[in-house]
Amino acid sequence: MTERNDVIIIGAGHNGLVCASYLARAGHNVLVLEAGDTAGGMSAPRTLDENFHFPGLAHAAYPVSADIRRDLKLDKFGYKPGDAIDTVALDVNGRHLVIGATGLSGEGLLKSDEAAYPDFRKQYLAFARALRPLFDNTAPRLKDMPFADKATLAKLGWNLRMGLGRSDMYEFLRVAAINIYDVLNDAFEDDRLKGAIGADAVLGSAMGPRTPGTVLTWLQRLQGELNGPLSLQSGGQSQLVHALTQSAEDAGVNIRLGARVEKILIDNGKAFGVELAGGEMVKARTVISNADPRSTFTDLVGAPSLDAMFASRVSQIRGSGVVAKLHLALSGLPEFTGLDESRLRDRLLVAPSLRYVEHAFNHSKYGEYSENPVLEVTIPSLHNSSLAPEGHHVMSVNVAFVPCELEGGWGDQKSTLAYKVISQLGQYSANLKSLVVDHEFLAPDDIEAQFHAVQGHWHHGELSIHQSFMMRPLYGAAQYDTPIDRLYLCGAGSHPGGGLTGLPGRNAAKRILKSGGLK
Amino acid sequence: MTRSMSIGRDHFRQALGRTPFHDRIAAMSKTEDWTGWNSYKVARVVDKLSTEYFAVRSGCAVMDLTPMEKYRVTGKDSRQYLDRLLTRDISTLRPGRVTYVVWCNDDGKVIDDGTLFQLDDNDYRLCSQHHQLDWLLLSASGFDVRIELETHDVAALAVQGPTSYSVLTAAGMDALDDLKPFGIVDTHCGDIPVTVSRTGYTGDLGYEVWMHPEHALAVWDEIFSVRGRYDIHAMGLDALEMVRIEAGFIMPGFDFNCAESTVRHGYDRSPYEVGLGWVVNLDKGHFTGRNALLAEKARPAQRRLTKIVVDGNKPVGEAFIYAGKNGKQVGEIKCTTWSPILKANLALADIDYVNGKLPASLWARFDYQRELKWRTAWAECHVHSKPFYSPEHKSATPPARF
Repeated sequence: MTERNDVIIIGAGHNGLVCASYLARAGHNVLVLEAGDTAGGMSAPRTLDENFHFPGLAHAAYPVSADIRRDLKLDKFGYKPGDAIDTVALDVNGRHLVIGATGLSGEGLLKSDEAAYPDFRKQYLAFARALRPLFDNTAPRLKDMPFADKATLAKLGWNLRMGLGRSDMYEFLRVAAINIYDVLNDAFEDDRLKGAIGADAVLGSAMGPRTPGTVLTWLQRLQGELNGPLSLQSGGQSQLVHALTQSAEDAGVNIRLGARVEKILIDNGKAFGVELAGGEMVKARTVISNADPRSTFTDLVGAPSLDAMFASRVSQIRGSGVVAKLHLALSGLPEFTGLDESRLRDRLLVAPSLRYVEHAFNHSKYGEYSENPVLEVTIPSLHNSSLAPEGHHVMSVNVAFVPCELEGGWGDQKSTLAYKVISQLGQYSANLKSLVVDHEFLAPDDIEAQFHAVQGHWHHGELSIHQSFMMRPLYGAAQYDTPIDRLYLCGAGSHPGGGLTGLPGRNAAKRILKSGGLK
Repeated sequence: MTRSMSIGRDHFRQALGRTPFHDRIAAMSKTEDWTGWNSYKVARVVDKLSTEYFAVRSGCAVMDLTPMEKYRVTGKDSRQYLDRLLTRDISTLRPGRVTYVVWCNDDGKVIDDGTLFQLDDNDYRLCSQHHQLDWLLLSASGFDVRIELETHDVAALAVQGPTSYSVLTAAGMDALDDLKPFGIVDTHCGDIPVTVSRTGYTGDLGYEVWMHPEHALAVWDEIFSVRGRYDIHAMGLDALEMVRIEAGFIMPGFDFNCAESTVRHGYDRSPYEVGLGWVVNLDKGHFTGRNALLAEKARPAQRRLTKIVVDGNKPVGEAFIYAGKNGKQVGEIKCTTWSPILKANLALADIDYVNGKLPASLWARFDYQRELKWRTAWAECHVHSKPFYSPEHKSATPPARF
C-alpha cells in the first residue's frame, strides 16, 4: 500500500491528462496511472525500425478549444495546432478535387457545385455552432435537472431558435437525425465531393453514409472545425500530448507509466483505489477512469459490484472499431499521378463516391474487409523532417472499413490486407510500392490490445444517437458519473465522445469538482 | 446456459399441459374445476374445498407442485452469482439446506420470491412462482455459471399437514426423523429415489417431494397407499390460497406487481414495501437493487403490505382501506380469506403510510351480497405483525407421530 492520493486517473490518454490538469489546478493531488510506457494514448507517437516516427493513431486533428488551451496554459508548454491542411479527394484518373476551407478546385468541377459548397459549409458550421453548448457542457439530465443543466438546455434552445433563425432551425430539425447520403445527394452532383464528405462523416464509426444519424456524426466532427482548421499531428514538441503532459506535470500531476490497473477497489459500493498488475494497491479518495467504459465496468469494476440490468446494458454498448492503421516507412517521396507535390502535405482521401464508401462499409457488417477500402492518407514527414531519416518519409493511412473480428479469423490476412492497401494506393501512385521499406499494420484488434480500447473503437463506443449526450456511454452512467460512489468516467466513451478534443476530460473535471466528488 | 424442455412435440394440441400426476388427480376430481398454472392444467378444487382445507390443517394434503418454476444453477461462480442476484445474505447456506429468497431489479423493486435449495457445492435449485429464465440469464453476464430451466424435468409434490411426517414415513420414506425445517434429504419411496425437503407454503408441518417425472405416478401411489390409516386428500389451489394467507405468505404478481412486468411508474413494490425487509441485507456486499434500497431506506416509509384482521364475518372480497371510518382512502385489500380455524376474516392490504407511519385506525369499506342484494359495510381492521396461524407442531423435530 502506497501513499494516499486525492484522485487516481486510469489512463494517460489526452482526456485523462486534461482531466488531471484541471483537477490538479483546482488544488488536488492527482496520480495518473498509465499501462503503456508513454503518455498520450491514441495520440502518443510511435516508432518503426528506430528511425521512422509516426504521430500516433490520430494523425490529423482539429485544434483543442481556446478555453482548454488557456486554462491549461498549453501554448506556454509548446502547443501549436499543426499546419492547416486541405483535403484532396483522389481520383483514379488523376482528376483530383481539392476541398479547402475557402472552396473547391479541380478538373471537371460543376459550376453549380462550386457555388453551392460555400453556402452548404456555412450552414453546417452554423448547425455545429448551435450545438456547441451541448458539447462544451455536461449533457443535461432530463429529470430533476440542476440549474447548470437547465442553463445548457436554455443556451441550446436559444442557439437553435434565435441563433439559426426560423428556416435554418427547421432545416436543422429535418436533417439532424437522418443520413448524410440523402443530404449530400440533395446538395451536390460531384461524386468526389460527396464521397469525401460522406467518408468524413462516418470515419471511425461502424456506419455507412446511408446509416441514420450520420449527419450528427458529421456535426460532431465539425465541432472541431469551429476551433480552427484541420491540421496534421506532426510529432515532436508542438504535439498536443507533449504540451498536455508538460502542463499536467507543471500543475503537480504525478504520471506513472507502465502501471497497468487490473481492478478498481470497491468497498461497500465506494471506490477507494486501484490494484495494479503485480498486486500493488494504490489508494485514493476518488477514482476516475479514462478507460473505455466497457473495460472499466466489465473488467475493472466487475459484474458482482454492478446491478444486473446495468451490467447487461454495459455488455450491449455498441462500439466495434472498423478502422485499421497502416504505417509505411518510405525510402523517398511517392508521386501521385496528376497531383502537385505540394499537395502531398494535405490529407489525401480515397473515397471516390458515396456508393464506394457505402460498399466499403457493407463488408465490415459481415466480418469481411473491403477489397476497395476508404483510405485517409497523410505524409507527416513533410511537416516535420525529423520523423524520418534524410530523404526518407513516413506515411500514415487510416483504412476503413476493417472489422475487429474477421470472419474465419485473421490468420495471415493482416499482411494480405496491408499489401492490398499498398496496391490500391498504387493506382494513384505508381512508385509507392517500390519505396516501401517497412510497414506496421494495426487492425482494430491490435488497437484494442495496444490502446486498451474495446474492439479497437476510436471513440470507446459508437457515436450513435442512442449512445450520445445524456445517453453516453449508457443510461446509468451519464454525466461522468457511475453507479459506484467516487468512481467517475472522463474518456471518449463519455459525452461528447471521441476525437482529440479534450472535452470529455475537461467536462468531467468540472462536473466532478462541482458535484463535490473530491470532497 | 441452456434451457432444456421435455415437452412432447405435440404439446401445442393442448392449451394446458398435463403434469406427470395428472391421471391420478383427474381420476379423483369430482369438481372438474381446473385452471392454468405456468401452462399446466391444475386443480382449483379436487373434491371439496373445506375437505382440502381441513386436510392441511388437521390431516395430510397432497398437492401437485410440478408447474412451479425450477431452475438449476451450477458452475464455479454460482455462489457469487446468487449472492449478487438475491437480496439476502446466503453465506450461511450449505448443502442440504433451503432458504427463502427474494430478488429485485436495479430499481430495488421485487421481481419475484422463491426458495433456494443448495443441493451440493456449486449446485443450487431456485424455485419461483413466475418464469424467471430471462432475468436469471441476464444476471449471469460476467459470471461462470450455468442456468438450466428444469421445471419440466422435475416432478414435485407438496405433502402438508400435521400428519404429513407420519404419512411419508408410512409410505416408506425414511430419514425424515432428523430433517429440520428447511432441510433437504435424499431418500427412497419404495425403491424409487426421491429428494425430500421440509418446506412448504401452508404454514403447517409439511414436506416437498422431488422426483423424476417417470416416477411420479409410482410415488403418488405409494403415498396414497397409506390412505386407509391416514386421512389424505389431494388438494387444489383454492385451499392453498386460504392456508397461505393464514400463514401470512405473500404471492408476487397477485398481492403486488412483479417489477419487470409492471408498466406504470410506481406500481411495483420494494421488498420493504411488501414486508420482506427481513430478507434484505444491505451489509452483505453488492446485489442488484442495493443502491436503490439504500436510498429508499434513507427516506420515510411510503407504504406496506400489511396483515390485517377485518372485524365481522361478512365476506370482504375486494375493498378499499380508509384511515378511520369515513376517513381518507389509504389502501386496498390485495387478498383475503375467511379462516375456518381462526374464525376470522384475514387479509393482506397495501396501505399508504401517513407521515411515515401506518394510520392508527384502519377501516375497510366493502360491498357484499345478501340474497343477491348488494349492501355496503364498514369494518374495523386490526394490524397483525406475526403470521395469523403458526402452530407449534410445524417446527418440532422429530415431528409428532400419528
